[in-house]
Amino acid sequence: MMENLVIWPLAVHFFFSLILMFGWKNIRFQKNVTIIGNSVSLAVAIYLFIHIYQNGTQTLAAGGWEAPFGIVFVSDLFAATLVLLTAISGFAVSIFTVVSVMNARLRFGFFSVYHFLLLGLNGAFLTGDIFNLYVWFEIIIISSFVLISIGGEKNQLEGAVKYFALNFMASMIFLTGLGLLYGLTGTLNMADLSVKIANVESRSLVDICAVLFFVGFGIKSAVFPLYFWLPASYHTPPSAVSAIFGGLLTKVGVYALIRVFTLIFIEDLFLQTLILAIAFFTIISGAFGALINNNLRKIFSYLIICHIGFIIGGLGVYTELALAGALFYLVHDITVKTNLYLISGLIYRLKGNTNIKQLGNIYRDYPKLSVIIALILFSLVGVPPLSGFWPKVSLFQAAFANANYWYIGALIFGSLITLIIAAKIWSEVFWKNKDSEIPTRRFIQFDKLKNLQKAQFVVPIIVLAVISLYIGFGAQHVQELVSEIAHDLKNNRSYIDAVLNQEQ
Amino acid sequence: MEVVLAIITGILYAAGIYMMMRRSIVKLIIGVILFSNGVNLLIFLSGRLKKGKPPLIPESSDVFIEAYTDPIPQALILTAIVISFGLQAFAIVLVKRAYKVLHTDDLDQLNTTDEDS
Repeated sequence: MMENLVIWPLAVHFFFSLILMFGWKNIRFQKNVTIIGNSVSLAVAIYLFIHIYQNGTQTLAAGGWEAPFGIVFVSDLFAATLVLLTAISGFAVSIFTVVSVMNARLRFGFFSVYHFLLLGLNGAFLTGDIFNLYVWFEIIIISSFVLISIGGEKNQLEGAVKYFALNFMASMIFLTGLGLLYGLTGTLNMADLSVKIANVESRSLVDICAVLFFVGFGIKSAVFPLYFWLPASYHTPPSAVSAIFGGLLTKVGVYALIRVFTLIFIEDLFLQTLILAIAFFTIISGAFGALINNNLRKIFSYLIICHIGFIIGGLGVYTELALAGALFYLVHDITVKTNLYLISGLIYRLKGNTNIKQLGNIYRDYPKLSVIIALILFSLVGVPPLSGFWPKVSLFQAAFANANYWYIGALIFGSLITLIIAAKIWSEVFWKNKDSEIPTRRFIQFDKLKNLQKAQFVVPIIVLAVISLYIGFGAQHVQELVSEIAHDLKNNRSYIDAVLNQEQ
Repeated sequence: MEVVLAIITGILYAAGIYMMMRRSIVKLIIGVILFSNGVNLLIFLSGRLKKGKPPLIPESSDVFIEAYTDPIPQALILTAIVISFGLQAFAIVLVKRAYKVLHTDDLDQLNTTDEDS
C-alpha cells in the first residue's frame, strides 16, 4: 500500500466521484459524501506532505514500466505542497458549496464533476510525464467547462463560450509544442527531457518549443496579452465555483510554467527577458483593470491577473531567492484568492448584490464578520505581519540583486493599487451608509438561515483566514519550505536522479 | 510524402485559426475541429514517417535491427483524438444552448459579460 502513496490523492477523488454518481438524484446524499470525500482527501494530502517532507521525493512508475519509458508519478516537495493547498481549498469550498449553491444546479452531478476537477488538479501536480500533464489539463478544463456552464444562465453561457474557445486553443498550442519536443528528443518523461534537450542541435527549434509552451501555459495562467477570457468568465458562475477556479485553475498554469521552465528550458536569457517583460505588463494591466471595475467579483478577477504577474516575475528573475519568493507568493495567493471569492459569495448572500456602488453598511450589520474579512484584505495587500508581505521581501531583494528595476517598479505599483482597491472595497462595502434592496425571490436571506447553514457559510472563510494568518505569523516555516523547494528547482539534479535512478 | 503532410498540417492550422477568428459561433466549432486535426497530424509527423516498417523486434533478436515505425506518436494521437472528440461534443452542445439562450450566433454580440455590472 505504502509505495502507492503518490497516487492516493488521485485515487481518493476518483473513488468519491464514482460514489457520487450512484446517488445522482439524491442531493442530500451527495452533499454528505462530498464533505466526507474532501475530508479524506485533506487527510491524505497532509499525510503525503509530511511523508515527502521527511523522506524526500517519491516516485511511482505506473504499471511497473521503468522511468523514461512508462508514465511516472513524481511527488517532490513542490508537488506535495500544491496537493496540500488544493486539498485545503477543495475542502473549504466544498463546505461552502453545500449551502450556497442552489439545488437546481446541484442536480446535474455537480459534486461528481467537482471531484473530477480536483482529481485533474492533483494529477497535474503529481505527474512526471509531459503528455500525461496534457491529459490532466484536459480533465481539468472539461470539468471546469461543466462547472462554469451548469445552470445555463445567459451570462454564464456567454462566459463559457469565451472560456472554452481560449482554453481549447491553449491546450492545442501546448500539444503542438509537445509534438515538436517529442520530434526533437524522442522522449516524454520530463526528467529525461531535461537531460536530452541539452543534446539537441537546432537550438532555434528548442526556443520555438519553449515559446509554444509559454503561450499555452500563459493562456491558462492568464498572463498579459492572453488574459481576456478570465475577467469575462470568472464572475459568471456561482461564487463557490469561482473560488475554486480563482484559487487553483490559473495556479496550475503557473505551476506548469515553473516546472517546465526550471526543468526543461533552462538558462535562457531570451526567455527570462520575455517572462520579465510579460510579468511587468501583466501586473500593470491587471492593476488598471481592477481599478476601473465596480463588480466585486470582477475586481477580484483582475487582482488574480495582477498577482499572477508577481509570481511569473519571480520566475523571470530566476535566482534561488526569487523562486522562493514566487513560491511563497503562490502559497499565499491560493489561500487568499479562494477566500476572496468565498467572501464575495457571502456578501452576495448578505446583501443580494456584488456591485460595490450599491453595497454598504456591512460593518454596521455584521461587525465580527467584517473584522475577519478586513484581516483577509490586509493579508492580500501585504501589511507587514500578514501573509502577503513576506514573499514580497524575497522578490524585492532578488530583483534588486539582479538589477531588474522595471520589475521592482511594477511590484511597487501593483502593491499600491492592491492597497487602494482594498481600501476602496472597505470604505464602499463595509463603511458606506447605504442600505441595498435585497431581492428575496432568488434565495433565502442570510439572517433567515438556520444556524448550521450560517456556520457552513462562515466556517470555510474562517478556516482559510486562519491558514492565511498562519502563513503570515508562521512565515519562518513557510520560508524554510519554499527555500528548500526553490533550491531543488534551481538544482534540478535531485529531481532527475529521483526519477531516472529509482533503485538508489 | 512528408512534405505533402507538412503542407496539409500547415493548411489545417491556418484554416483552423482563420475559422476561429470569424464572428460566427458555428465557424468557431469548425475552426476548433480543423485545428485539433492539424495538431494530430503534426504529432504523427514528429515520429518520422517510415513506410512498411513494423514497430516490432524480430524473434531472433533482442534489439531493433533495422528502421522501425515509432509507435508512441500514434498512441499520443489516439489519446488526443479521443480527448478532442469529447471537447468538440461538449462545444457543440454548449453552442447550441448558447444560441437558444442568447438568440444570436454573432460572437461580437457576446459582450454583456465585459460590461460593468
